[in-house]
Amino acid sequence: MAEEVLLFSTWFSIYGRRVEMALKLKGIEYKFIEEDLTNKSPSLLKYNPVHKKVPVLVHNGKPVAESLVILEYIDETWKNHPILPKHPYERANTRFWAKFIDEKCWPAILQACWGKDQKEREKAAEELSKLLQFLENELKGKRFFGGETIGLLDIAANTIGYWLGVFEEAAGVSELLTREKFPKLFNWVNEWLSVSAIKENLPPRDKHVAFMRLNGQGFWNDYNASK
Amino acid sequence: MAEVKLHGRWYSPFPYRVIWALKLKGISYEYIEEDLSNKSPLLLQYNPVHKKIPVLVHSGKPICESMIIIEYIEEKWPQTPLLPSDPYEKAKARFWVKFVEEKAPAFWSLYRSTGEEQKKALKDSSETLKIVEEQGLGEKKFFGGDSIGIVDIAFGVIAHWFGVFEEIVEVKVLEAHAFPRLHAWKVNFEEVPVIKENLPDRDKMLDYFKKRRIESLSASQ
Repeated sequence: MAEEVLLFSTWFSIYGRRVEMALKLKGIEYKFIEEDLTNKSPSLLKYNPVHKKVPVLVHNGKPVAESLVILEYIDETWKNHPILPKHPYERANTRFWAKFIDEKCWPAILQACWGKDQKEREKAAEELSKLLQFLENELKGKRFFGGETIGLLDIAANTIGYWLGVFEEAAGVSELLTREKFPKLFNWVNEWLSVSAIKENLPPRDKHVAFMRLNGQGFWNDYNASK
Repeated sequence: MAEVKLHGRWYSPFPYRVIWALKLKGISYEYIEEDLSNKSPLLLQYNPVHKKIPVLVHSGKPICESMIIIEYIEEKWPQTPLLPSDPYEKAKARFWVKFVEEKAPAFWSLYRSTGEEQKKALKDSSETLKIVEEQGLGEKKFFGGDSIGIVDIAFGVIAHWFGVFEEIVEVKVLEAHAFPRLHAWKVNFEEVPVIKENLPDRDKMLDYFKKRRIESLSASQ
């Protein structure tokens, strides 16, 4: 049967990029459908009626939503270049840190960049530093979170590896992830951004920074409103 | 034999999820009650990031976050599977697990708040239940089909804890006429022997959460 893989997303969706990285790493052909989030397509609303959000992967007509769920689905469906470890304990560890990045790091990044005043932003930056320290320790001596090759956790950590820097520049706040403070993470970022499937799959930086300058506050407000 | 230990707290739904999974699969374990106002050095060692329960410790190695623990249990002990084997069905199950994880805070907010905040919690809770009723359960007896699975376990908070919160703030949301399928699910879920025999005492919970509400409200004065 001919495979049909569609990805509904936007050029600036951090979660959509995760899915694209996994698809590209595994050499899966897919069709990218750019959504206008101010005017969502009937297809998106049909495929993700619960959240009406991107990304949604549609494989042979069957929709999968939520980026980490999609990544696990991709790994179970296309077995080449596995992105999850084999052993249950390491898999649990991978899932734990991916959840940590999404639930703890992401809001701290948004608040450090677009918190309502300097005091709030500085407090969030302090919190983010503590969170980064956990990730620094988790990396240990490894080249990637996934070991010698990139895995799901590296893909999830793109939040730190790439998005953090863009947001900091857009918001005009100082860089947190410095070589002095987080040598292992800093090194990881360099390794990460040299992987071709990754570096060729990031939004154009200037465009992204300009976009976030305009929309960053809105992102933080939306996040807050949803909690 | 490798030992399994579970650190939990009697009134929290999260360790119960793990207990249900262990019992369904017939896995022996030692339960350790944690005092969350005075966390044990062991808990802080096992979960330095969140300092929370539940923590499953298998052969000395800790696993944290209830649903991550259940996926670990599923992979280590495949008998009585809690997840479908088909990747697409699995993805659907994980979607609903994530959904309840995201939406559950509104339920907790319900018993802890008053006024506008409570109104919002009520509205959010109702919306969540509506989505689950209409799009989650469908015509099935359980989310897992004929027998309970990982989604039913994740939704256990709705089955047993939500009713306690409703009673404390004197509202009725999850009623049979408003949510016929979800209400029927709740009744069926609590009749499953492993669930029925492993629930915290309802009266004790009512007392406990009532006290917590009072503390929470006076703290925010």
